[in-house]
Amino acid sequence: MSVRARNPTSQQVNQLAPSGIRRFFDLLASMEGVISLGVGEPDFATPWHIREAAIYSLEKGYTMYTSNLGMPELRQELSRHLKDKYKLDYDPDSELLITVGVSEGLDLTMRAILDPGDEVIMPDPCYVSYNPCVALAGGRPIMVPTNQENNFEISAADIEARVSDKTKAILIGYPANPTGAVMPREKLAQIAEVARRHHLLVVSDEIYARLVYGVEHTCFATLPQMKENTILLGGFSKAYAMTGWRIGYAAASKEVIAAMTKIHQYTMLCAPIMAQVAAIEALKSGEDSVVEMVEDYNRRRLVIVKGLNKIGLPCFEPKGAFYAFPLIKSTGMTSEEFAEKLLIEEKVAAVPGTAFGQCGEGYIRCCYATSLADIEEALARMGRFVGKHKK
Amino acid sequence: MLKEILKILENDARTTAKQISSMTSTPADEVAKLIKQAEKDHTILKYKTIINWEKVGEEQVGALIEVKIAPQRDVGFDAIAERIYRFPQARSVYLLSGTYDLLVLVAGKTMHEVADFVSQKLAPIEGVQGTVTHFMLKRYKEDGEILEGKEEVKRQPVIL
Repeated sequence: MSVRARNPTSQQVNQLAPSGIRRFFDLLASMEGVISLGVGEPDFATPWHIREAAIYSLEKGYTMYTSNLGMPELRQELSRHLKDKYKLDYDPDSELLITVGVSEGLDLTMRAILDPGDEVIMPDPCYVSYNPCVALAGGRPIMVPTNQENNFEISAADIEARVSDKTKAILIGYPANPTGAVMPREKLAQIAEVARRHHLLVVSDEIYARLVYGVEHTCFATLPQMKENTILLGGFSKAYAMTGWRIGYAAASKEVIAAMTKIHQYTMLCAPIMAQVAAIEALKSGEDSVVEMVEDYNRRRLVIVKGLNKIGLPCFEPKGAFYAFPLIKSTGMTSEEFAEKLLIEEKVAAVPGTAFGQCGEGYIRCCYATSLADIEEALARMGRFVGKHKK
Repeated sequence: MLKEILKILENDARTTAKQISSMTSTPADEVAKLIKQAEKDHTILKYKTIINWEKVGEEQVGALIEVKIAPQRDVGFDAIAERIYRFPQARSVYLLSGTYDLLVLVAGKTMHEVADFVSQKLAPIEGVQGTVTHFMLKRYKEDGEILEGKEEVKRQPVIL
């Protein structure tokens, strides 16, 4: 007779909403010949010089733990990088923490800053882990609806209307997953003003910072008086095609980094040394590869946005990341129905907008980090699908 | 814009003006016009394909030939280089710094064919002082393309 522990899983985890598209994933896994626009990662392998640096480090025996904060050389390079790019001064010894991707950075941030019941204001739709990370840290996510009419930008006024005495932070991620939206500097400045007025922290997930097309990315910490109160999260996954290496960083005040480091040292110890060595190489000489990849993404972006609009799926122009977020309401289907039917009937995988929040209803996310030939074929199949189902 | 078009074509010469038009947000006739112009002024020299002939059982022999030459008054190396590059067997011809002067890439069907070209055509040219022929044993990468075992993207079908 087996003896089962009582209540094997915690209340908190039980309350966490399960991913609504589990069924969809399982279905996808069983099919052949599918063109996937569902993958949120570059289709490039990591540039060879970066891989080679990591291989060499293994040969040289770099296989140990590093400092909890991350290798000093990496923090110095990163400090230099942030200075070059944004004219920001972060002390490599106390204001930077190397994390296992932005995912860990986000988790550490929330656990370091939130007390039970604290509220974090964030846009809807947004990246899938924002909401659960806040909830797991005992906080309450407060969603601010955004829409296509406003280019999926979160407005300062909407944020301010939701500020309460429990509000601790504003969490934003621009360029945005899933919409590809980029916030202009003046609108971010308005958010900074709200943060200053109400003494709030701003957590800015800038993992897609390097993937912008024809516009400038604004680093939130560069806004007047915001460096002190911004927790900047960044990483190597998207810009350098290094998703599987799991390497990112947090840049913030000494106080916040110290708090995050406490949790990091007890739970993660340090980011893998191999990935840290690769990240040093990426920062030192990865610029050309980034520029080349961005040029390439831009061509595909123009193709998919034009194509989606042409087949009757109106799509606002995403200025960043590598996602298009077209409206599918003309078919009368919900996002989930659309994604599931599209997969079954035409073997094209896209992610229903509702995976990213209620305001994603009526949209699907199409990642264009895939070959042009696949994008064109996917557009042809989707065109056929829309023609058939148009109401 | 022309540079952007050239970059796209250098990577895949089959990309149509229409495709380039949507990749660059430029009208297709404008793209076509720029390509025509580039062809006319020899910015675009030729559209070619990189083929792994071994796949169809076609043996090909390649050789790198170092050529030492005596430069001539007024024309330097150019006149002799021209005598060499006019032969269709010479696929690429470069003037180099260092221990020899010209590097000639030659392709032929058999070793004999290549050897004949060197001994009967190239070496006897007036001004050619000596040649060293290196036969290629294996091609790993050509014009930026890896011939065997090219890397493929290995991704999960859905990642959020």
